[in-house]
Amino acid sequence: MLYINCPHCGMRSQNEFSYGGDASVKRPELNKEVSDQEWDNFVYNRKSLRGKHLELWQHISGCRQWIKVERDTATHEIFRTFKADEEVA
Amino acid sequence: MQKYSIFNLVKNAFSNHQNWDLAWKDPTPKEEYDVVIIGGGGHGLATAYYLAKEHNITKVAIIEKGWIGGGNVGRNTTIIRSNYMHDENGLFSEFGMDLWRKMSQDLNYNVMFSPRGIINLAHSDAQMNAYARRGNSMRLNGIDAVLLNREQVKEIIPMADFSDNVRFPIFGGLMQPSAGTARHDAVAWGYARQADSMGVDIIQNCEVIGFDISAGKINGIRTSRGNIKAKKVGLCVAGSTNILAEKLNMTLPIETHLLQACVSEPIKPVLDNVVTFGAGHFYVSQSDKGEMVMGGDLDGYNSYAQKGNLPTLQHVLTEGIAMMPFLSKLKMLRTWGGIMDMSMDGSPIIDKTHIEGLYLNCGWCYGGFKATPASGWTFAHTIAQDRVHELNAGYSLNRFSTGHLIDEKGLGTKTWIS
Repeated sequence: MLYINCPHCGMRSQNEFSYGGDASVKRPELNKEVSDQEWDNFVYNRKSLRGKHLELWQHISGCRQWIKVERDTATHEIFRTFKADEEVA
Repeated sequence: MQKYSIFNLVKNAFSNHQNWDLAWKDPTPKEEYDVVIIGGGGHGLATAYYLAKEHNITKVAIIEKGWIGGGNVGRNTTIIRSNYMHDENGLFSEFGMDLWRKMSQDLNYNVMFSPRGIINLAHSDAQMNAYARRGNSMRLNGIDAVLLNREQVKEIIPMADFSDNVRFPIFGGLMQPSAGTARHDAVAWGYARQADSMGVDIIQNCEVIGFDISAGKINGIRTSRGNIKAKKVGLCVAGSTNILAEKLNMTLPIETHLLQACVSEPIKPVLDNVVTFGAGHFYVSQSDKGEMVMGGDLDGYNSYAQKGNLPTLQHVLTEGIAMMPFLSKLKMLRTWGGIMDMSMDGSPIIDKTHIEGLYLNCGWCYGGFKATPASGWTFAHTIAQDRVHELNAGYSLNRFSTGHLIDEKGLGTKTWIS
């Protein structure tokens, strides 16, 4: 069982969350010309890192907020959690 | 190579089975090969076998970080089927079914292929309609499919929950009678033994550290046991695809996820077929030893851990008990996990890459085991001829940019959603 520290609600079990994938992916800016390659990278291509991975989770059975979680994909250790709009240094 | 036969079995009995030849050798890596296959799993071993058998290319090495057959070919639920709707998947898998039927003879190794049939249960009228459509598509591609009503399903699997007061009543099901199971380890070992006998070097405990690429062309690989030159290199590393892609400066439409499976204690024969739950993701069959072999959803988040987490297992088995209540009486014997190369449309990639001489085989999602022979066969063709075969033409890497996705499950780009 993973325990995720929701920045809004505190420590909760993974059963309350749903996963949203790589949080480092940025949607291309709408006010400029976007190449097919940029759309590809946004929609399909993923690094899927082994080790530290910044990812989106939604606290679906809690506050329903999207959050960012920094987790190790090999050991499942969770290092830090952030609000969705927080910049991660 | 020593042939496995009843006569050799009797002959070797006189010497207490101490004088059998080794099934494969343990060679030191040579300086150069025509083809290097990275990954000594089912697909890699099959690729090497078909390179030698179909294309007469025997200066081949298989480079395996651990031991052969220790990855997903040793961690699956052994289901073999071709019950796909889309032409690309159906024709590819049905070609594989032919190879499965001949495999034990072909490899002189009993892979215990058991065409016991698979039933996908339907739990609503809409699902029956969808299955009728899929069954028709299958039959148009020459694949056997039978639409069963509730009574027909009850005759085959009376132990499923047919009571009136259930959340997901069984309306019927789609059956592929020619589908089945096989002994997974034997598949890896059979391919390894034959490939070895035709001159392929199987190099275990050898990790790939990097690639030697110049002017857009591959020249070889760097490994923990030294540099190896190669004219062509094929990647068959399933859940490690993203790790090697990073070394190649490639970002692929693949995410790595964990899939669990489990077996119960052995019981007397109760289930003749493979059965899948239609209102969730759960499948079950009974092994020859009597264990109920079960599996279902991914753990649901990126993972490289080859072991699973309990919430998913609980979720999957809850579905199992909803379908067949007697399963709740069984004790669990073993659970395990493997790491899956989940592609963004749920279909695999067997293709050339932008690097000359580098070939890619990945994206097998839930269905890698059954694809072993067809994957090896088409990948060998792609490497040997430097062009894709019509069977794997649809499994291109650039289909994601061109929009030619093969989205069998209709899950879009989030095939890991459960």
